[in-house]
Amino acid sequence: MLKINHPSETSTETLTSHENQAVDQHFNFAYLDERTKRMIRRAILKAVAIPGYQVPFGSREMPLPYGWGTGGIQVTASVIGPHDVLKVIDQGSDDTVNAVNIRRFFQRTTNVAITTQTKAATLIQTRHRIPEMALTEDQIIIYQVPVPEPMQRLEPRERETRSLHGLSEYGLMHVKLYEDIARYGHIATTYDYPVLVNNRYVMAPSPIPKFDNPKMHMNPALQLFGAGREKRIYAVPPYTSVESLGFDDYPFEIQRWDAPCEICGSRDSFLDEVVTDDQGGRIFVCSDSDYCETEQSKLEASAVSTAQLVSKDD
Amino acid sequence: MPVDTQSPILRVTGLNKSYGERAALIDASFELWPGEVLAIVGESGSGKTTLLNALAARDKPDSGSVEFHIKDSGLTDIFKMTEAQRRLLARTDWGFVHQNSADGLRMEVSAGANVGERLMALGQRHYGKIRATACDWLARVEIDPARIDDLPRHFSGGMRQRLQIARNLVTQPRLVFMDEPTSGLDVSVQAKLLDLLRQLTQHLGLASIIVTHDLAVARLLAHRMIVMRRGCIVETGLTDQLLDDPQHPYTQLLVSSVLQP
Repeated sequence: MLKINHPSETSTETLTSHENQAVDQHFNFAYLDERTKRMIRRAILKAVAIPGYQVPFGSREMPLPYGWGTGGIQVTASVIGPHDVLKVIDQGSDDTVNAVNIRRFFQRTTNVAITTQTKAATLIQTRHRIPEMALTEDQIIIYQVPVPEPMQRLEPRERETRSLHGLSEYGLMHVKLYEDIARYGHIATTYDYPVLVNNRYVMAPSPIPKFDNPKMHMNPALQLFGAGREKRIYAVPPYTSVESLGFDDYPFEIQRWDAPCEICGSRDSFLDEVVTDDQGGRIFVCSDSDYCETEQSKLEASAVSTAQLVSKDD
Repeated sequence: MPVDTQSPILRVTGLNKSYGERAALIDASFELWPGEVLAIVGESGSGKTTLLNALAARDKPDSGSVEFHIKDSGLTDIFKMTEAQRRLLARTDWGFVHQNSADGLRMEVSAGANVGERLMALGQRHYGKIRATACDWLARVEIDPARIDDLPRHFSGGMRQRLQIARNLVTQPRLVFMDEPTSGLDVSVQAKLLDLLRQLTQHLGLASIIVTHDLAVARLLAHRMIVMRRGCIVETGLTDQLLDDPQHPYTQLLVSSVLQP
């Protein structure tokens, strides 16, 4: 039924779980019909060929509302094969509503293996984060995009923004950053921070925190972006330069935290602030749940081995 | 500023433009020399704005040519350039001051960003320098530099118009198009703006084309005038000469219809 071969068809059964949920026979594999998938794949191919360029496509009605990831789901549905292993994250977490529902949707319509482990996945659909663990050439990451046009808020006329892209006139993007510095004393854009892809197109990286922007640069994985409501697909092919915009005297910077993750002690990951009581108590924890668990198990392993060493010494 | 007087900065030959059956511009030809201020006057619907839009490459004429003097390659037909070249020209060597300041300004960003936009579009990437240039230009158009972070929305009509001028002049253009720059302002503000425009055009050696229906504006600013009627240029000449001794009946009518206070 499916005509594309996925590069990595390695056995992942030890790492992943097939939940016992029957495929719904009323739907085509991955919900969309084959012609639609072919249309979307053509758009994806064009997007890969022109990194950062927004390719229009015939976005379909999906059985969930716009804003819930209809673009990302259509892209995933077009590239997924029966041997893929799917991970879905929302704000870094595998168990939030959006992630759970999209995962269940694909289980019902494809019965592919699912995983929460970044390294086990061949396809990762994400909303608002890039996993902390480095991606590989065998992986595809699919972003859900609400607003694909980085200049939309300053130039609402699409006819105009298209010609600005066409002629690579990107002064406007710096106007936005200038405004930030003039108002707040620093570049206050913290998510959906504009990037220049392959030294040509300015692209909205979807609302990922700017902490994740450097991960897009020269990433070995294929990065696909789907905007369902706006009917646009764009892509960053593997090993493509992705440069975050900035000024010479106010360069691009990522967020930093004073505290480590409360649970795993990591100082390298993106931290969420969690309010713990109504007395002003708050802690910082990793937003990437899989990364946090991996770090925890490393901690435990080293604790166990230290304990063994100590007991041997006795 | 050294001015090359060997060649006109703009040469317009045989421009025609019609909207359907109606001819808006018939065989318009003239030349503009560096540092010269030219006023295009005429009543509403006489084709002034159509002519200006054709000159500034905002609207393509049906026939005829508009040649602009480019530093290295001499007179070049602007409609034979690529769109990219034209747009580069429009944001470096040209300025365009709109009648309605909201058309020429970004109302949602601060005055500083409005002035700095052209610099950033040309690749300047140093915030401090962009801001310093913006401050300098605000002062030159008599806006208090302390208001650099205010939105144009919070400016008065006259200030907005001056901000628009600063935004256009920041790249030191050689030619500025102005479409009724003073209409909609009260008389004392008009006078201040005209005074400012006269100073700036003189100091910078700017060539400019001002579309206006107000003969007083033309007399105050322009060296030369073009009188238009029903899409045709009916008379051209030195401003004072033309206003004091109009030849064409229409110009005579126009001049005599001005109220003398």
